[in-house]
Amino acid sequence: MSIKGKAYIAGIFEHPTRLAKDISLAQIHAQCAKGALEDAGLTKDDVDGYFCAGDAPGLGPMSMVEYMGLKVRHVDSTDTGGSSYVLHVGHAAEAIAAGKCKVALITLAGRPRAEGMATGTVPRSRGGTPTPDDPFEFPYGPTVVNMYANCAMRHMYEFGTTSEQLAWIKVAASHHAQYNPHALLKDVVTVEEVVNSPMISDPLHRLDCCVITDGGGAIVVVAPEIAAKLKRPKVKLLGSSEFIKTQMGGKVDLTYSGARFTGAAAFAEAGVKPSDMKYASIYDSFTITVLMQLEDLGFCEKGKGGAFVADGNLISGVGKLPFNTDGGGLCSNHPANRGGLTKVLEAVRQLRGEAHPKVQVKNCDLAIAHGTGGSLGLRHGSATVILERE
Amino acid sequence: MAETKERKLPPPAISEETQAYWDAAGKGKLLVRKCTSCGQAHHYPRTICPFCFSDKTEWVEASGKGTIYSYSVMRRAPVPYAIGYVTLAEGPRMLTNIVDCDLDKLKCDQPVTVVFKPTDGGPPLPMFTPA
Ligand SMILES: [Zn+2]
Repeated sequence: MSIKGKAYIAGIFEHPTRLAKDISLAQIHAQCAKGALEDAGLTKDDVDGYFCAGDAPGLGPMSMVEYMGLKVRHVDSTDTGGSSYVLHVGHAAEAIAAGKCKVALITLAGRPRAEGMATGTVPRSRGGTPTPDDPFEFPYGPTVVNMYANCAMRHMYEFGTTSEQLAWIKVAASHHAQYNPHALLKDVVTVEEVVNSPMISDPLHRLDCCVITDGGGAIVVVAPEIAAKLKRPKVKLLGSSEFIKTQMGGKVDLTYSGARFTGAAAFAEAGVKPSDMKYASIYDSFTITVLMQLEDLGFCEKGKGGAFVADGNLISGVGKLPFNTDGGGLCSNHPANRGGLTKVLEAVRQLRGEAHPKVQVKNCDLAIAHGTGGSLGLRHGSATVILERE
Repeated sequence: MAETKERKLPPPAISEETQAYWDAAGKGKLLVRKCTSCGQAHHYPRTICPFCFSDKTEWVEASGKGTIYSYSVMRRAPVPYAIGYVTLAEGPRMLTNIVDCDLDKLKCDQPVTVVFKPTDGGPPLPMFTPA
């Protein structure tokens, strides 16, 4: 069974806040849910499926279904870090295709800034029963940034990728963010500014990193017969795929991500190819994340990502592959340190023709959204969706 | 040079499955887990082989020699440190720190050898230094 054409994204919402001092975690989830349902033209009583991940309070669906007063017959709290919400879109389509629900609500929210969470530069503390990998990793001080940096270091060594090439990814994101009134960083930056920003963990500089923001978002995925009755532009799901990439028992290979498998599978299900994509939302926790995923998804040959992203190739209206036209995680928003959901949102805006006019891609009828969650250098979850404007 | 002296290392959270690995580390020995069914060594150690799922696995002492697969110098830390993967002569790549060296002169594929560094109340950690 394929999910091709079996589900539509009918509603989206991105919380405008980037610093949520005076609102609770559950409240942000609910505000996003309300926003996405209103965008779709649906009510909370239409929702019969609920999806959330580890950012939700308590036991996820149990806590949030009660808080929002939902009555659902299908729940899914699969957590693959920041890629969860891209994966949830695929799972929602599967549930809809199997007749388990007709209106699936996906929410994300977090307050890492308001809570003063040390996000990317401190080893994550272990709680409860340690994971089996923990004693062989935690004492050595792995952090989010230094393990992505390990991937960048090896990529540079094997393929000759340069810091300047990586910097072009931030430059492109900043060109888009200048038009997003909600973006945390609205200033256009240059390659020189990126490579001259302080080194955080070699070879990644401060401006190779994404922003840390509070906020959230929501997505409503519906069955075709529901989509047909709604007034919003129709965004159809053509393909989806997920993968967990690990250290493979010590056969560690940092030169590729799980996107190698999810891209191939999602494109095959959709019956389209990378060169058909008019727009790409690519997970951007760091510049290296984008570069590796573009290679793995098939937008360019492995090892040639540096040349592909250089000279503005990712800037809308300038290059061949407009990416993250909201400014992405690198400049606009990375709510809850999980950037997958906002990747889907901007892809939907582009397909609806509702992106900012300065970054809107002309005749945008096919788009990809891809997420990487966890750690690119330790273990990560990858998820891809291919979307079409009907 | 004083890097690991100043950096306080948390003790590993040892499980029943890998007690022997840490006991050996306490004696200055690096163990790897090897499968007698498929003949391959893996890391981190498990009782069931992650390659062929055989439960015929055993501890073998590693030579302690390897090469740096990748690394990063974490600058944004109270004491900067190098974290990376070392490819052991026995095959597996393990996450570790590169210590007792000029952190600005590390290179991928550089030969390294094992050293053990004390933790705060636990067994020492196997780390690597340029050979
Ligand atoms: Zn085996």
